[in-house]
Amino acid sequence: MATATDTLSPAEAQASPSPEAVVVRFAGDSGDGMQLTGGQFTLSTALAGNDLATFPDFPAEIRAPQGTLFGVSAFQINFGSSEIDTAGDAPDVLIAMNPAALKTNVEALKPGGLIIADEGEFNQRNLDKAKYDANPLEDDSLGKWQLLKLNISQLTLDAVKPYGLGNKEALRCKNMWTLGLALWMFDRDRAPLVDWLKAKFAKSPVLADANIAALNAGHAYGETAELGAMGITQRHVVAAPAEPGLYRTVTGADAIALGLVAGAQLASLPMFYGGYPITPASAILHALARLKEFGVTTFQAEDEIAAVASALGASYAGSLGVTCSSGPGIALKTEAIGLAIMTELPLVIVNAQRGGPSTGLPTKTEQSDLYQAVYGRNGDAPVPVIASRSAADCFDCAIEAVRIATQYMTPVMLLTDGYLQNAAEPWKVPDLSSYEPFPVTFHDQAPAEGEKFLPYARDNKLSRPWVKPGTPGLLHRIGGIEKAQGTGNIDYSPRNHQAMTDTRRDKVLGIAVPDQEIALGEEGSDLVVVGWGSTYGPIHQAVRRARARGLSVSQLHIRHIWPLPANLGSLLKGYGKILVPEMNTGQLKTVLRDQYLVDAQPLNKVSGQPFTIAEIEAAIEGAIG
Amino acid sequence: MNEITTIRPSTPKDWETDQEVRWCPGCGDYAILKAVQRTMPEIGATPENTVFVSGIGCSSRFPYYMETYGFHTIHGRAPAVATGVKLANPDLDVWIITGDGDALSIGGNHTMHLLRRNLNCQVLLFNNEIYGLTKGQYSPTSREGTRSPSTPFGSVDHPAKPCAFALGAGARFVARGIDVHKNLPSVLKAAHAHQGTAFVEIFQNCIVYNADVFEPFTAKANAAENQLWAEDGKPLLFAGGTKGLALDLDTLTLKVVEVTGGDWQAAGVIVHNVRNRSLAHLLVEMPFGPFPMALGVLYDDPAPTFESAVVAQNRAVSEGKKPDLQKLLSKGQTWTVG
Repeated sequence: MATATDTLSPAEAQASPSPEAVVVRFAGDSGDGMQLTGGQFTLSTALAGNDLATFPDFPAEIRAPQGTLFGVSAFQINFGSSEIDTAGDAPDVLIAMNPAALKTNVEALKPGGLIIADEGEFNQRNLDKAKYDANPLEDDSLGKWQLLKLNISQLTLDAVKPYGLGNKEALRCKNMWTLGLALWMFDRDRAPLVDWLKAKFAKSPVLADANIAALNAGHAYGETAELGAMGITQRHVVAAPAEPGLYRTVTGADAIALGLVAGAQLASLPMFYGGYPITPASAILHALARLKEFGVTTFQAEDEIAAVASALGASYAGSLGVTCSSGPGIALKTEAIGLAIMTELPLVIVNAQRGGPSTGLPTKTEQSDLYQAVYGRNGDAPVPVIASRSAADCFDCAIEAVRIATQYMTPVMLLTDGYLQNAAEPWKVPDLSSYEPFPVTFHDQAPAEGEKFLPYARDNKLSRPWVKPGTPGLLHRIGGIEKAQGTGNIDYSPRNHQAMTDTRRDKVLGIAVPDQEIALGEEGSDLVVVGWGSTYGPIHQAVRRARARGLSVSQLHIRHIWPLPANLGSLLKGYGKILVPEMNTGQLKTVLRDQYLVDAQPLNKVSGQPFTIAEIEAAIEGAIG
Repeated sequence: MNEITTIRPSTPKDWETDQEVRWCPGCGDYAILKAVQRTMPEIGATPENTVFVSGIGCSSRFPYYMETYGFHTIHGRAPAVATGVKLANPDLDVWIITGDGDALSIGGNHTMHLLRRNLNCQVLLFNNEIYGLTKGQYSPTSREGTRSPSTPFGSVDHPAKPCAFALGAGARFVARGIDVHKNLPSVLKAAHAHQGTAFVEIFQNCIVYNADVFEPFTAKANAAENQLWAEDGKPLLFAGGTKGLALDLDTLTLKVVEVTGGDWQAAGVIVHNVRNRSLAHLLVEMPFGPFPMALGVLYDDPAPTFESAVVAQNRAVSEGKKPDLQKLLSKGQTWTVG
């Protein structure tokens, strides 16, 4: 996202969407390998120099019963030659590998859009499972779209026949046949995919050869089948202009992992990661578990509580303690986060949010844990909260979380979500030397004779000293019971608790947070759209389009949720109206109203799907149109 | 501190803090604190390398009274915090102080996993069979029928057996002691000498809510008849050597046998072997009453520790790799613009 440097012309803004962008959705059974197909198509898109954004959408079940509506797995990619910030509102092309995939996805397709369906899978059994009374490929129910029905199953079986695979294994190559056709449609180079297949099936060359044959066959089909007669032509989407530099694709999960490692290096600390498997946060644990040579110790704990408690123990012993989870796991960690607040130790907690409450929607995205992050603990328990807005932004946000945690001796909550975790986007590889290091100095000077070490003495940031056990002359005890100012001894006295509560609050409120920048537009317009987290993309595009049409609207996107930027209140008060789109029932809206007494109006969506640009544009129109 | 200080052996006094000890007068915790403070100099411990980690409950106030590093954490979570401490710095000597509710109720899960992983640390479980700090509710080790504020008509659930739990979880060191007993320091020494998680159940008298619950074997008059102090390589004798434990070959359980004239061999008394896991299981499962209370080191058979395995793997997989983050960022399929 946002690697493209050009901006929308008014004409482009009128078009919906911008003409140089194409949205493709791959949909199939969860066993059909759609995520893999989408991932590889993404890579090919990135290598072609297009800007892109993706949206993987898959069921919570690992292998849902075959052919069922709830077992459909989809992967959407939006790519183009201008700035792409979202995975696209409506697909131009839908690839449906079976009836269930068609049924659950076709309504999203643009009128006139192209359906490519594997008619080999449209048998009675599958039609029944998808609850179709009649075969939609045979009647005119798909009349408003272009339909290309191909027996992909048979074409794949023919293509891989020389390799002697069993029927089941042979059919597994269907996704590569489909990918081959998609590569032809968008004039893509097959070579990187062939390399990837060779590496993936290095241990089983026959599978590599079969998959490559399927890929080539799909591509050849496009070239030779004279699809042009059906109005289907090869499209070449030119590369998006982007800042010079080295690029790769990155998911939020990978960017968090890399950012945490970078943060630990900038702080000159070893990292200890305590985690417990949970969707969609586990990918961070998987990534870090491979990076031991960077001084990373990963520990898969017995539960969420042990994950955070061990991370806190490691921080106490002088490492950077990190834990990641999703809402339900964060709930379990809450008491230990309170202990980190009380003992004033650094700790980074990443919450990859998902739909809730309770188990909720494990694989769907939502941003409904803002209250939990800002307010969700017993006692007056302030925690700094940061939210990343895109996969690439996760890298900088992770570094920022480490900086605040170590400089202010505090737990820090970093919010991402299911969408950011899984979605891939091009990323300009950052130059590490451009980041200012913030090395931690452990306190190791024993007090002079007759003086006592004060573990709760404060520096000018109200931060207390960090002492590693093992340091002579600085023995002390800490814990969850209220501490006396200075000595840290147990102290329940009224005056002390008041003072310590005030200090903990002031320390967090005093964190140096950059001033709020205007993402798009200017001060004082008729409307400001205020967002946080992964809604950046659709808000940004919607505001751009509205501005291009002459509407007086601006965009603010808040990274520092707590404490909020010092200038935010006055900035907000300068706008005519305030609209806050969120994938929850209005949590940031409530915080803004509470903090600034402003009339922030909500725009809410909790369907497990990101906002579309059109939804936000409509709300802008509704407010000031 | 740059000047060279003469190293002198520490004394129990060196391990006391300036904090006023706040347990009820007569609480068994005082005796355990003294025993620990007496043990530290004897094992050659250094205060700065020693960390006491505790959970919540009366016992968990312990770290405040030890002149070492200390972390009074939250209910049941001391093993998890200690695991992080030890993995971050394996050189630290970590002691976990816990109670029956802390270790076996709210923290049962962590205790189990600590034991199976075999983190090198000592776990001192103060078992008083009651919740003291919350004013006297029955605990997971309370015997059936325990009347308490939450069970006014007597508890109906079966108690947990701490040492049997520990063995079941894979503990490689299991011992029992009594708060006021002179043998406690020797048990603590053995626990410290063990490489791996050393689990010590200490019968601790709660003078306010569960006074004298262990009297049947701790009272002076009952001690000889009912305490069996197991010693490695020595016959399992009690009652002044007049009784012993033998194996009932028909039931594969232990039985009490009379020993006459000191001829324990003739009576078939078993010789204690701390590396015999089957025997340990039999000793911790022995029902008190028909049998004496087995005390001392019941099982001690070290295995590789968790943190050493973690450190070894971290080292092995890092070998020959240069941690170049800039290179890592640029990994995979990349493309250049401009």
